[in-house]
Amino acid sequence: MALRRLNVCVSFSWKMKYSTHSDPLGTKLKERQAQMMKKGLPVKKPIEGVKNVILVASGKGGVGKSTVAVNLALALSRHLPTQDVGLLDADIFGPSIPTMMNLSGNPSLTEKNLIKPLVNYNIKCMSMGFLVDNNAPVVWRGLMVMSAIEKLLRQVDWSPLDYLIIDMPPGTGDTQLSIAQNIPVAGAVVVTTPQEIALIDARKGALMFEKVGIPVLGLVNNMASYSCPNCGHHSHIFGATGAEKLGKEIGVDVLVDIPLDTSIMEAADGGYPIVISSASNNPLVQAYISLAEKVLSRLSAIKNEPSR
Amino acid sequence: METQMENIPEHCPGIQSESAGKASTCAGCPNQKICESGEAKLEDPKIIAGIQQRMLNVKHKVLILSGKGGVGKSTITTMIARVFAQDLAKNIAVMDVDICGPSTPRIMGVEGETVHQSGSGWSPVYIGENLSLMSVGLLLGSPDDAVIWRGPKKNGLIKQFLTEVDWGSLDYLFMDTPPGTSDEHLSIAQYMIPCQLTGAIIVTSPQEISLLDVRKEINFCRKVNIPIIGIVENMSWFVCPKCTKESIIFPASTGGARQMASEFHLPFLGQIPLDHRLAQSCDEGNDFFEAYSDSATATAFIDLGKAIDAEIRKL
Repeated sequence: MALRRLNVCVSFSWKMKYSTHSDPLGTKLKERQAQMMKKGLPVKKPIEGVKNVILVASGKGGVGKSTVAVNLALALSRHLPTQDVGLLDADIFGPSIPTMMNLSGNPSLTEKNLIKPLVNYNIKCMSMGFLVDNNAPVVWRGLMVMSAIEKLLRQVDWSPLDYLIIDMPPGTGDTQLSIAQNIPVAGAVVVTTPQEIALIDARKGALMFEKVGIPVLGLVNNMASYSCPNCGHHSHIFGATGAEKLGKEIGVDVLVDIPLDTSIMEAADGGYPIVISSASNNPLVQAYISLAEKVLSRLSAIKNEPSR
Repeated sequence: METQMENIPEHCPGIQSESAGKASTCAGCPNQKICESGEAKLEDPKIIAGIQQRMLNVKHKVLILSGKGGVGKSTITTMIARVFAQDLAKNIAVMDVDICGPSTPRIMGVEGETVHQSGSGWSPVYIGENLSLMSVGLLLGSPDDAVIWRGPKKNGLIKQFLTEVDWGSLDYLFMDTPPGTSDEHLSIAQYMIPCQLTGAIIVTSPQEISLLDVRKEINFCRKVNIPIIGIVENMSWFVCPKCTKESIIFPASTGGARQMASEFHLPFLGQIPLDHRLAQSCDEGNDFFEAYSDSATATAFIDLGKAIDAEIRKL
């Protein structure tokens, strides 16, 4: 006897017959149902002093979200030197931002009792990594994660910021829901590698954003190819055309292809990200700057769109 | 009385929390009375007993962990399972506890298969004569369905996996986990430790960014008393398909996994190279060993299997 397939979606798991004699399409009942379901859901409240929130996410782990988030924030800051850019590390369990931005130490409090973000390379940063010891695991269930995220969003002195880049953790769980439901988000950048296994999870990530009403600005095809340092042969280690196909499938463009390059990693590990440690004519730096430009143009296109 | 949680509302505060049954989101939940009375907070001894019953015929239960995402947990879990399954006298199974990103059905080539329910419980899907798999990916309507659940619901599903899946008699059960140290890991630890969990294998890449998270995972295992079988380093080097020279893509700027293993006094089980054919086989769901049995990667996995076997015997 085959097990009835689980019908998993964001809304409730039980089904109801909506159609009645007076309302055969069940639209009135469905609307009432939707209203009832929204009760208890948090109301989206913007973070004080922050104009645009951009998420850097992926369903999959290890595709380079933190590396892209850090370099995107620095590229944005370089492209728009008069504007303020901040970086929030929402990965409670594996915070990478402190290492990549070469920051450490306990943040202090302002007079209003808000946590002061640590600043490096002109970017305001906050991460769980500043609040716990490097080797200490954060072993928390979802509820505590929700409340920690809430603190990192609202009890940090971000103001004033033009752009807040949020480096998301992998998955489609508590953190993603908490952020999506609590603050208005301008757009999300979905990072993936060309590998099918990663694309499956990236697709889920993009669909999740669609479900919660966050526009997906585009895909980043990370670790697209590797150039052998000995013979220069290009290997598509994780596959070749996967990201493009996914983009066409879900109606989202691939914003940039970033190669798998040891120098990007060495720079990130060393706390001196490539966008600022390498010359601007380095093609790797150009890739991130191009990404920043495209993100900005997508954002303004969305703002100018008539409301859907 | 069975306190199996069904139809959990999306914003369930958790049955263990102070506001269980009393929060505004609890209104309308069929389990509200149970939570309010505080009954749900008690660890149902029946559940632990049920899981112990299922695990009685499983000789070795091995967790595959990593604090970091994308280091190759699922790849390594499935490859190790295949290595052990080469001995036809042994029965091997894989349980995928990664609810948000279940990769194993795809990697093992059984995407789209159905899980069957029989009188004795749910049957895992068989990949070979002696190799089976259970994953939430097999329960979804379509492989593209996003599973966007909060912790308590994930906990409920993991409990169901452990109590209702009829594994039969197994020599090894490999459990693939998601990255991090959250609900899934706590639940597995909570339910499996009373069942004599053999231990955990920790996977990492040589990069310091990965090691940072893996150190946390090692400390987590020590905190919850999960014995650590050893550490595996994945994507250690890359062999160019054209000139066959080795190059290092993920530099081990702080000595890599070997250094970290000796720091923590843990066995270092082996290194696996970054092989694009392996990534391709995983994507297509093919058996890498069948297609490339003489490759260095295949040899690396066979050696890894031997090292794991040796360490398990020592524990």
